[in-house]
Amino acid sequence: MVVLKKQDELVWKKRTTREQWINWFYWLIGISIVLFAWKIISDKTVWFFVQDAPRQAADIGSRMIPPKWSYSFELIEPVWDTINIATLGTVIAMIIAVPVAFCAARNTTPHSTVRIVALFIIVSSRSVNSLIWALMLVYILGPGVLAGTVAIGLRSIGFCAKLIYESIEEIDANQVEAVKATGASNLQQMIYGIIPQVLPTIAGVGIYRWDINIRESTILGLVGAGGIGLQLNGSINTLAWTQVSTILLVILATVFVSEWVSAKVRGAII
Amino acid sequence: MLKLENLTKRYNTGDLALQGIDLSIPGGQVLALIGPSGAGKSTLIRCINRLVEPTNGSAILNEVNLTKLSSRALRKSRRKMGMIFQEYALVERLTVMENVLSGRLGYVGFWKSFFRKFPKRDVNEAFRLLDRVGLLEMADKRADELSGGQRQRVGICRALIQDPDLLLVDEPTASLDPKTSRQIMRLINELCQERGLTAIINIHDVLLAQMFSQRIVGLALGNIVYDGSPEGLTPEVLTKIYGEEDWSATIEKVDDEYEEA
Repeated sequence: MVVLKKQDELVWKKRTTREQWINWFYWLIGISIVLFAWKIISDKTVWFFVQDAPRQAADIGSRMIPPKWSYSFELIEPVWDTINIATLGTVIAMIIAVPVAFCAARNTTPHSTVRIVALFIIVSSRSVNSLIWALMLVYILGPGVLAGTVAIGLRSIGFCAKLIYESIEEIDANQVEAVKATGASNLQQMIYGIIPQVLPTIAGVGIYRWDINIRESTILGLVGAGGIGLQLNGSINTLAWTQVSTILLVILATVFVSEWVSAKVRGAII
Repeated sequence: MLKLENLTKRYNTGDLALQGIDLSIPGGQVLALIGPSGAGKSTLIRCINRLVEPTNGSAILNEVNLTKLSSRALRKSRRKMGMIFQEYALVERLTVMENVLSGRLGYVGFWKSFFRKFPKRDVNEAFRLLDRVGLLEMADKRADELSGGQRQRVGICRALIQDPDLLLVDEPTASLDPKTSRQIMRLINELCQERGLTAIINIHDVLLAQMFSQRIVGLALGNIVYDGSPEGLTPEVLTKIYGEEDWSATIEKVDDEYEEA
């Protein structure tokens, strides 16, 4: 924002003329880059296949109908596995994430070195996708539900700890100060002044992550880490399209239920 | 009873908030600290219980030099200093009872306080105090359900359950309407008299300060510029504390307010 004096009048504008030109110039560069990138992608695309896409999609679609309902009974166990992977993974993640968050928050960290370690844990957990964690863990722990659970857990630590530590940093310091003024120890200030303020966030984050993890754990089977993804992968490889559509419907139903549960629980906490 | 000697505070920003305060308060005295925003009133009372670390000087409460205490000994001394805050500073998501009992945290161990296992004596005292301020039926309500005046009463109970020798009161009425302000100030005053408490009350409102205190100290830019009786607040004195302004209305009203109160 600029305030200029022209003759005897004060003028208020968003930008000066010079800033305006610079602004246009940046837009020009930005749009040029987008168009150039578009051209590269377009050159490397085999348009023959793309033109064919609607017909292919319709073809696969028609093969999927009707879903093979009888197959859904075989899916009960994998769905149960999937839910267990997500739930256990979230529980493990939260048990680790809460202390990490308290070490990472500026106002509760015991020492700045501890804070750096905590932030490193958060970043490294967040930078690796759960599918990649699973891929590695299948080699380390062998294929199965355990690898999936640990993968989900490792991926969720960073996410949960980050959201929780940000909320710890935003608490009302007056409430903590008041508890401190009574002669309370540091730990007592924590349980009386800080935890009550962040408890809704901790619960909310846990539920939110569980909701995400239900969806994430449906694909972990693709790399052999247990759950319904295993059946999905097998069905696609054997071109059993009616089974694929059944699996997709079951996943949809599961996600729908988890969505409903988390909405209910969140409503109850806050 | 409380003695401040050359108490000085310089913030990291370089602001000299307190410029060597010397003040002596006998036991049982209710002292009002007035002065414009930024005069150092909040800093002064926070330097006493060391929520703010003073840069220099000493604060001596009952022969104990607070500024020299280790953190363990300081916690022990803080138990004898109750504090009441401007925005109440209740823990919003805890119940009224938990807030009041948090005044006993200095006396109760960690696990006992974690499981809310306070001694029967403390719980009885909490009920008695809540009854005294008229909030007994609110004991199990969450603090954020209360009105401003009610919250400040809970804040008062939290300070009193500490069984303090000294009450540090920071702008107790700044967020309250005029009527509630008076009620709260009267309550603090009565409780101080009942228990023979010494109190330092930071307050913006000159009228309330005159009505409810025995001694007034005026602070300007970190220095004491007035120390005397409530009656001694003349327009000249107020100008010295706050700067040039038409003070006639503030002074005149005093007598009317006394009648009404």
